[in-house]
Amino acid sequence: MALRGNLRDFTVTQLLNLINLAHKTGTLVIEAPSEAAKVSFRDGKLAYAQIGQEDGRLATVLHRANKLTTGQLRAIQTRATHVSDKELGLLLINAGYMTQDDILNSLQSYFTDIVRRLFTWVEGNFRFENDLMPPEDRITVRLDLENLIIEGARQLREWEQLQDEIPSLDMALKFIERPGTSMQKMNLSVEEWRVVSYINPRNTIRQIAAAAKMSDLEIRRIVYGLLQAGLVEVVRPEGAPATAERARPQVTMQNREEQKSLVNRLITRIRSI
Amino acid sequence: MQTVKMVVTGPFSAGKTEFIRSVSEIDVVSTERKISSDSERAVKTATTVAMDFGRITVDEDLVLYLFGTPGQKRFDFMWEILSEGMLGFIVMVDSTRPETFREARSILETFRAYAPTPYVVAANKQDMPEAWDLEDMRHALRLDGKVKLLPCVATDKATVKNVLLELLYSILAEMDGTEK
Repeated sequence: MALRGNLRDFTVTQLLNLINLAHKTGTLVIEAPSEAAKVSFRDGKLAYAQIGQEDGRLATVLHRANKLTTGQLRAIQTRATHVSDKELGLLLINAGYMTQDDILNSLQSYFTDIVRRLFTWVEGNFRFENDLMPPEDRITVRLDLENLIIEGARQLREWEQLQDEIPSLDMALKFIERPGTSMQKMNLSVEEWRVVSYINPRNTIRQIAAAAKMSDLEIRRIVYGLLQAGLVEVVRPEGAPATAERARPQVTMQNREEQKSLVNRLITRIRSI
Repeated sequence: MQTVKMVVTGPFSAGKTEFIRSVSEIDVVSTERKISSDSERAVKTATTVAMDFGRITVDEDLVLYLFGTPGQKRFDFMWEILSEGMLGFIVMVDSTRPETFREARSILETFRAYAPTPYVVAANKQDMPEAWDLEDMRHALRLDGKVKLLPCVATDKATVKNVLLELLYSILAEMDGTEK
């Protein structure tokens, strides 16, 4: 069944984690507003990656890794169009130009670099195609995802910390009244000033972000900074309902046997519906 | 007459009202009004703003009430009130809307904080072609292997019964566990 969604809801790191844990085989297709990427996996390990208009051919990858000169690349691109990546790799190894490790390391480095670039994508749709694998003639690798996930998680952690600090964008901000503090003397960035200009107990943080054309991450970063600087405090928006007094849960149960009898009666009744 | 309560919670439009309606012996009492948010309006035209209320009479001495929580975050102050004294709770998740999984996780954690009672997670709309696989959902929702994640179609009485029964089995198991 479908494994598809939006990067706003699932980060690339979370997707890699899911693919790793579920030992998935197939291709993750991500379509962002500016470009698309395809990342293939075999048994939960990174096998191949292709991004945007980059052809991802072995010759191009080896040139990027400084294993081939521009002249050599040009010669391969013009005169060896009929040669597959696997054949080219064998030719280069047999000719003594490079080792198998050189080729595999270059490919691994290229593929992981693509995945790193995906960590910065926050907009776009994704889908996992179980039946889609890279073309047969391409050389695939077998790379554990753990290190990449940890790397991505570091970026994700910032996001999560900000979410913990500012759990709801539906709250408003209010300037803290502190005698002697003047906003004019503060060194604020242009973005921070834009946010400051909208601060009002009637405006939610979400509304401020929309007005200032900022993403959730950007507005959270700025609000967090303002909170840490002691300039603002988070308040319930004016007109919003007040939170109810915290009520202590009271499970009024009799002794253990009576409780079990009660649950068994419920089970019998629901079975009979 | 003794009454016990179970709470059905989950994100907006997860299928809580339908779930309760499938097994309640009374018409589900819902307080519904036209919704105002554009994003919510795109999903459905009327939504629960107070709570759903269903009833299953066990016998003349015992009645089970099913309470559905309002899905929208702005009514989360009601969750704590509803969770008071509950026997257990069900978190409904729409399997076709991964954009709601994070909120479902957050709701689950909130309810666990209110009351450490047993719970199960119901993956609704598993009959739809775009529904996520249960195992994928388990990873996405970061559910421990011990947490029951059950396939469900809220309009199908059999699957709804199964979810309720699995929750009751969990409640029994916990009682046995605490006895030992």
